[in-house]
Amino acid sequence: MNKIVKPSALTGATRREVVIGAALAGGALTVGACSPADIMSIGTNNDFGAFGPFLKIAPDGAVTVISKHIEFGQGNHAGLAAILAEELDADWTRVRVEQAAANTKVYMNTGMGAQGTGGSSAIANSWEQLRKVGASARAMFVQAAAAKWSVPAAEISVKDSVVSHAGSGRSAGFAELLADAAKVTPPENPTLKDPKTFTLVGTNRVRRKDAVLKSTGQARFTQDVRLPEMLVAVVAHPPRFGAVPQNFDADKAKAVPGVIDVFSVKSGVAVVADSTWAALKGREALTVTWDEGKAEKRGSDAIAQTFRDIAAGKGGEIKWQGFDSKGTVGELSGPDVLTVAYDFPYLAHATMEPMNCVAQVKGRKVKLTFGSQFPTLDQLNTAKIVGTLPGSVEIETLYAGGSFGRRCNFQSDYVAECVRIAKKTNGRPVKLVWTREDDQRAGYFRPLTHHAVSVRVDKDGYPAAWRHRIVTQSIMKGSPMGGGDGPEPPAVEGAQGSPYLKATPAVDAQVAMPDVGVPVLWWRSVGATHTAYAMEHTIDQLARKAGKDPADYRRALYQKAGSQRHLAVLDLLVERSGWKSSAPEGWVRGLAVHESFGSVVGQVADVQLVEGQPPKVGRVVTVIDCGTAISPDQIAAQMEGGTCYGLSGALYGQITLIDGAVQETNFDTYRVLRMNEAPRVETHILPSTAAPSGVGEPGTPVIGPAVANAILAATGQPTLSQPFVKPA
Amino acid sequence: MAMTLQVNGRAVSVKADPQTPLLWVLRDELGLTGTKFGCGVAQCGACTVHVDGQPMRACQTPIELVGGSQITTIEGLGGGHPLQHAWVKHDVPQCGYCQSGQIMSAAALLAQTPQPTDDDIDAVMSGNICRCGAYQRIRDAIKDAAGVAAPAPAKA
Repeated sequence: MNKIVKPSALTGATRREVVIGAALAGGALTVGACSPADIMSIGTNNDFGAFGPFLKIAPDGAVTVISKHIEFGQGNHAGLAAILAEELDADWTRVRVEQAAANTKVYMNTGMGAQGTGGSSAIANSWEQLRKVGASARAMFVQAAAAKWSVPAAEISVKDSVVSHAGSGRSAGFAELLADAAKVTPPENPTLKDPKTFTLVGTNRVRRKDAVLKSTGQARFTQDVRLPEMLVAVVAHPPRFGAVPQNFDADKAKAVPGVIDVFSVKSGVAVVADSTWAALKGREALTVTWDEGKAEKRGSDAIAQTFRDIAAGKGGEIKWQGFDSKGTVGELSGPDVLTVAYDFPYLAHATMEPMNCVAQVKGRKVKLTFGSQFPTLDQLNTAKIVGTLPGSVEIETLYAGGSFGRRCNFQSDYVAECVRIAKKTNGRPVKLVWTREDDQRAGYFRPLTHHAVSVRVDKDGYPAAWRHRIVTQSIMKGSPMGGGDGPEPPAVEGAQGSPYLKATPAVDAQVAMPDVGVPVLWWRSVGATHTAYAMEHTIDQLARKAGKDPADYRRALYQKAGSQRHLAVLDLLVERSGWKSSAPEGWVRGLAVHESFGSVVGQVADVQLVEGQPPKVGRVVTVIDCGTAISPDQIAAQMEGGTCYGLSGALYGQITLIDGAVQETNFDTYRVLRMNEAPRVETHILPSTAAPSGVGEPGTPVIGPAVANAILAATGQPTLSQPFVKPA
Repeated sequence: MAMTLQVNGRAVSVKADPQTPLLWVLRDELGLTGTKFGCGVAQCGACTVHVDGQPMRACQTPIELVGGSQITTIEGLGGGHPLQHAWVKHDVPQCGYCQSGQIMSAAALLAQTPQPTDDDIDAVMSGNICRCGAYQRIRDAIKDAAGVAAPAPAKA
């Protein structure tokens, strides 16, 4: 077996390991004795400077940290640079960040075996790696100074890119020592700082490095790429998933000024033009007939009903996979049983920047310029289309206007489409532009999901037997990360491993993943988008049934489960939110706690309910345990943003299919959270000396159940389906 | 057919068809890519520019309507606008894609209402979507730039 990919890096929940070699084996390559990472890197630049692939120091002493992870909002560029700069004792104000090129071997996500960003793993998987790079470079400067000044290395200190020896009063900047330091052999195991002595990591000095670029319109996104001879392409896509172009009439399209060519590609009919507007006008003039023989024509209502039937045991032959099950649950009926079920719709990621890509194909050489979340996947998929080695696919990764999971795609869908077009433009670069409608209709949604839960309580009102059925779609089936034992993490994570199941003597938990022809994908916080809701809203209903305070009820279960981190988060949350005092006049409160991506987040939401209006969410007190905090301010930003993303989905998010066709194709119908609906999030970080864990996603799944629990407290009614606000 | 537009204080000649949305002329023809394409139907605000000082969605503004007008884009704001300083101070941007439009909407708001209330901010800024959910910091930065009470940003 070759290098492995841990799905945990994508999904954050499992330690199951599978082989990325499968992806290579599908192509023209023989893996042989090399690791896939070696093969991936054939032909890529491996010529780095004295400090290796993650650090450059310019002749003027300026420090540049190379980020192997894409920056699409999560603030990781600042955090990654700070980790390195801390150990290097660099002058933070002069530290820059540069995006790494595609190079799987060098820039592999250490938790995955592939180069990629996901699963809220950027900081966690880089923590040790970048500390060592920084410490090693620091040691090189110290040794260079010690030799130059003939003083003991142990007496030398470094601060803000200045190396000093107190005894002799000598000091020199990185610039002055650079040539000597570069000649020093890097230590294999450099001494790392005691975290207690950190002066940058964990402080609010760690601020974004891209704020000026992004506040002046200068940050470069894929949409902004302009190259000599570049063409713009749009594609007429089929109205249903699984349909393919049958024939098309391009006469009128070709008559549009600026349109250069019209041709069929695997995913639709491409219109290539000299400007975006010409391409769009050309597409309007195009007539395409679709072969819908293999298209998914069911509506989302029918799919949801099928899922409910399956959960109720009326689904015919279906494979069930168990998790966390133990003991004998027995018959679940009677007054001591709570039975509830939840429906979750398809959700689009709806990034602000619709999917797009720039590709140039010259023989067997390809250059991609775009926001690549998973360079390894994008190289593999591109190489297969072009018939070349993955390492011959150069990728320049730009800022991306959001992803939330959308850009990590096993098929590299929009990238593949762009490459197929670029194969036919005689070496001219092509920018593929998707409109909002293209983006919404392309699928790769958060799977439509159903949970059916029955819980029998003991005489004290705590769970004695828990039956849980999840029906959802597989995200990983057929991918290099699919297969393996047990249910796939995205389907069950968050229910699987829940402290509430740990605290319950008898559990029968199972998941079924029927095939549906709607492409699905991870959506910020993945499985937790539905499991957190099902678990946390069920717990409040149980607490209510038991006549207990929801925080006290949770505390008892966390104690029983031995969930120390949950307990600590809950206690701080109760304290900081003033849970025990009542909500302000006219407001009600709800509480939820959930662990995802290695971090535990608890929230208390103040909610105002006015007849005929959407629930209004005001103050949201948030507590997070994410291990060592690198950038407290960016952690707060992710809690604020993650809360908005989760609230947007819970209140309004819904993709409806009618006869297989997506109905919500733009923001007029796919309603998202706006300024007037945004809560005010207060973030409290639990002090911790543990290694850092996820931040980008864990803030998303908690707000939905917190709001539902507030509504439950106010009305006595559970909220059994999302979105809370049904379209008129 | 060439047409003249007044963009960021300069007269520029453009070749595009008069019905072409200003957005694509700014981006493709003039290379002013700070103005972003988000939805194409004036729902998200990412393409907000000023036309004679008024916030307009460039994706739904044919250039034939703005031939005699002064057009200002994010590039024309100059980088030193109090809002831009406040955006950096509060670390507002996340992915950053919507921020040109947010800042242009906010700049138009402050030009008309130098001391905006929360309701004033809601009324104008609810036309601009931020999928990263940076709304709280956008509100704080607007108030900071306007000199009205806002929670302090994280201390440096």
